[in-house]
Amino acid sequence: MLELKFDKSKCADCKAVSCLVKCQYMDFDKDTAKVEWQKVIDGEDCRVLHDCVTCYSCEEYCPFGNHPFYLIVERQEEKGILPAPRPVITMWINQCQPVGRFMVGKVEEKALSYCFLPIFNELVKGKLFDGIWPSMIFGQEFFCNAVYLHYARMSVIKDRLPKIVENIAKQGIKELVCLHDECYGTFTSIALAYGIEVPFKPIHYYEYLHDRLKELKAEIKPLNVKAAYQRNCSARLIPETDHFVDDIFGLIGVERVKREYDGENGLCCAELIRMSKGPKLADDVQKRNVDDMVKFGAEYCVFNCPACYDSLVERVMRAGIKPIRMIDLCKVAIGEEQSQKPALEGMPVLKAAMEGK
Amino acid sequence: MSDIHEDLARIVGKNWVSSQKEERYLYGRDPGLMPPHEPEYVVMPKTTEEVQEIVKLANREKVPVVPKGAGLSLTGLVIPQRGGILLDMKRMDKILEVNDKAGYVIVEGGTTHATLKSHLMKHYPHLRHSMPDSPPIATIVANAVIHGQGRLTQQHGFNSDMVSGLEVVLGTGELCRIGSCAVSQYWFSKGPPMPDLTGLFLGWFGTTGVITKLGMKLYPCKKIRDAMMFLTDRADLVPDIMRKLGRTEMMEDIVSSFAPLPLRLKGNFNILIIITGDSEEEVEFKRKMAWDTLWEYFESRDGGFLSVPPDMKPALLAMPSKDTTRFADTSKGGGFEYSGPITPIEKYPEFIAKLEELASKYKLFYASSARVIDGGHSMMFSFSYTFNRADPDSMVRVKTALDEAAEFALEQGGVIWKPNIDEQKMVMERMDPNTLKLMMKLKELLDPNGIMNPGNWEAK
Ligand SMILES: Cc1cc2nc3c(=O)[nH]c(=O)nc-3n(C[C@H](O)[C@H](O)[C@H](O)COP(=O)(O)OP(=O)(O)OC[C@H]3O[C@@H](n4cnc5c(N)ncnc54)[C@H](O)[C@@H]3O)c2cc1C
Repeated sequence: MLELKFDKSKCADCKAVSCLVKCQYMDFDKDTAKVEWQKVIDGEDCRVLHDCVTCYSCEEYCPFGNHPFYLIVERQEEKGILPAPRPVITMWINQCQPVGRFMVGKVEEKALSYCFLPIFNELVKGKLFDGIWPSMIFGQEFFCNAVYLHYARMSVIKDRLPKIVENIAKQGIKELVCLHDECYGTFTSIALAYGIEVPFKPIHYYEYLHDRLKELKAEIKPLNVKAAYQRNCSARLIPETDHFVDDIFGLIGVERVKREYDGENGLCCAELIRMSKGPKLADDVQKRNVDDMVKFGAEYCVFNCPACYDSLVERVMRAGIKPIRMIDLCKVAIGEEQSQKPALEGMPVLKAAMEGK
Repeated sequence: MSDIHEDLARIVGKNWVSSQKEERYLYGRDPGLMPPHEPEYVVMPKTTEEVQEIVKLANREKVPVVPKGAGLSLTGLVIPQRGGILLDMKRMDKILEVNDKAGYVIVEGGTTHATLKSHLMKHYPHLRHSMPDSPPIATIVANAVIHGQGRLTQQHGFNSDMVSGLEVVLGTGELCRIGSCAVSQYWFSKGPPMPDLTGLFLGWFGTTGVITKLGMKLYPCKKIRDAMMFLTDRADLVPDIMRKLGRTEMMEDIVSSFAPLPLRLKGNFNILIIITGDSEEEVEFKRKMAWDTLWEYFESRDGGFLSVPPDMKPALLAMPSKDTTRFADTSKGGGFEYSGPITPIEKYPEFIAKLEELASKYKLFYASSARVIDGGHSMMFSFSYTFNRADPDSMVRVKTALDEAAEFALEQGGVIWKPNIDEQKMVMERMDPNTLKLMMKLKELLDPNGIMNPGNWEAK
């Protein structure tokens, strides 16, 4: 049985209790946070286990890398606490279960992982992926499973992840470029926290893009735009990758607006909050987030995660900001077409508003 | 070549009649499971007068006449059980009038849902009709004849409830107008304030006459349509959920789907809720109503809304939905049939249990979709099973399962929708004898020679 590497003593010595004090969705002062966190450690029922919106941020807030969020998830599951309605959890567990159906391209030692997200097939076109595509894998058999952190189902991750890692290794892959941020977070953070050996080198796609852009430097036409960056939940598992955003922006002439809700203070895209806590909180979080982008003069909103994009695309567009995925932004910078234009058909309210104009 | 063939050729022109093997073969079957039986003649009239002449000829010669739309009702209702003349209505496909102010359309007897939908989108984008989820070549008249249901059924009842007048060639060949159009140039009412005589033709499967024109009510086409998806894993909660949603009087459509595949559907009842509005505020208000209405299930964690990403919405909003058609080919080999009893919503859990029981007993791939009718007075619950036409054993298994489903539906107090001839017998056996007598008297009155789609609604 895989066990979380969690060190109680680190928490005992911790004065700041940043995991809870910094939380943007629950209000704790240091003293109550200390008491509350001890309850989590001791496996007692407590507010955190019920009110956590599963934004993953405490993983980043903890200065000791002691995995407070993974502990919360474990405790929720032990106590049968459902962070989201049971059928929604069932839907996720069923939808992504490996059933022996997957797609592989001409896999070489270095390969792209689409995870279980078909959207990447559209995105990985053009010069940025010359030399690597069609070395790719896709499907439930390669799905990183990190999403179950939102649903108090660490057991599913522990059950499926070793096999997923094995499936990838079996393809003869030595270096895996993870197009899905969550995959990178899984193979580096979750796997490490549970002592799962990963026999290939995960590479974050931002690092890959950065390297490619350097190779294609002559073709870059600086965009000279201001962009808000939407941090996603799994970025909290791997904050060490955040500098790539600045590095890439630096290469392509994009200014990352210094807004309130970026960096450690970033706000969740909130669609999971909608499903778990209801529309009131979700609408509030999304509104504050997008208002903040507007306030700081963002022309673009750059997305890392496909789910964040889906959650915020309409709101962002209505605020007059252009939504774009990081891969597409890089493509535009080297003079290529953006492959993923927002599908107005799927945003009926916005479509009607635009047609009314 | 027989005299009848020549007579038919004289009526419709020689290009529009056939007694060739190929046509007889094709028109002798439908995509469902009822055994085929070929007609002697296939004829495609263009006008009401031609239909009248054909029916008169059939009376003279005492040969059956079977009207056919797209033949998609799946339960053999267009299979000429006793041969005769197959009347393919496809050439009578005109839209004769749209009355924008009174909100109705008059179509010919073979006009398809696709034709009407595109006509309205092009010329009257502010109006719409109740589109069923059958392939779009399904005809408006036949859909009303079988009491079909569409996207507006949750709000306005069966598609046949939306009929606002008929022109019918009776089984004798006489022509008759039904509804306000019988006394006025307007087709705004199918009967009231006079006796509603549409009941003599709707639900009769062409056994009382051929409908050559039909008035259908049109409804506002709101500028915005949006889809919400509510999931629960408890069948016992579905009736309340659907009823509560229906009673908000805010939802365009409410359909609960249940199937083991695709995996994202497995284990849950997936309730699609369509909301509409002319403004963002209206849509937002209805969205909030849906949330508020179902909040108790959300709080108890027994149910929850799934956020629908933009790339999933077009498929959910599509009219017709392509899902059933896609499901229809799951077993490959093109075989699909469903029994769709109309039943009180409260029976949902029992019907789901039966659906699964039959699927496992007969080793079938299954799905069900249940559409709320008229705010929740009833629902159409489909027992849908697929089969491979190249595998006769799978066809027998599906047929047996559907027969049992029909029997079960009746036991539960439901009524079989678009029953095949065997199911019609089941219904008539249970019917109040005086009602049955009345039905048979009416039928005899309207079709004294028993030539109209014989085999259907026959008591003896
Ligand atoms: C994939 C799929 C999905 C479906 N989804 C739906 C749905 O959502 N809602 C729904 O209601 N149905 C649905 N159906 C069932 C069916 O296809 C439709 O009800 C369709 O509208 C039937 O029309 P048709 O033209 O195919 O009828 P037909 O099968 O051609 O005819 C039906 C009956 O009407 C009679 N008839 C035809 N024309 C006339 C006429 N002019 N005068 C008198 N009698 C006439 C015929 O003799 C027959 O008895 C579905 C079917 C399929 C295959």
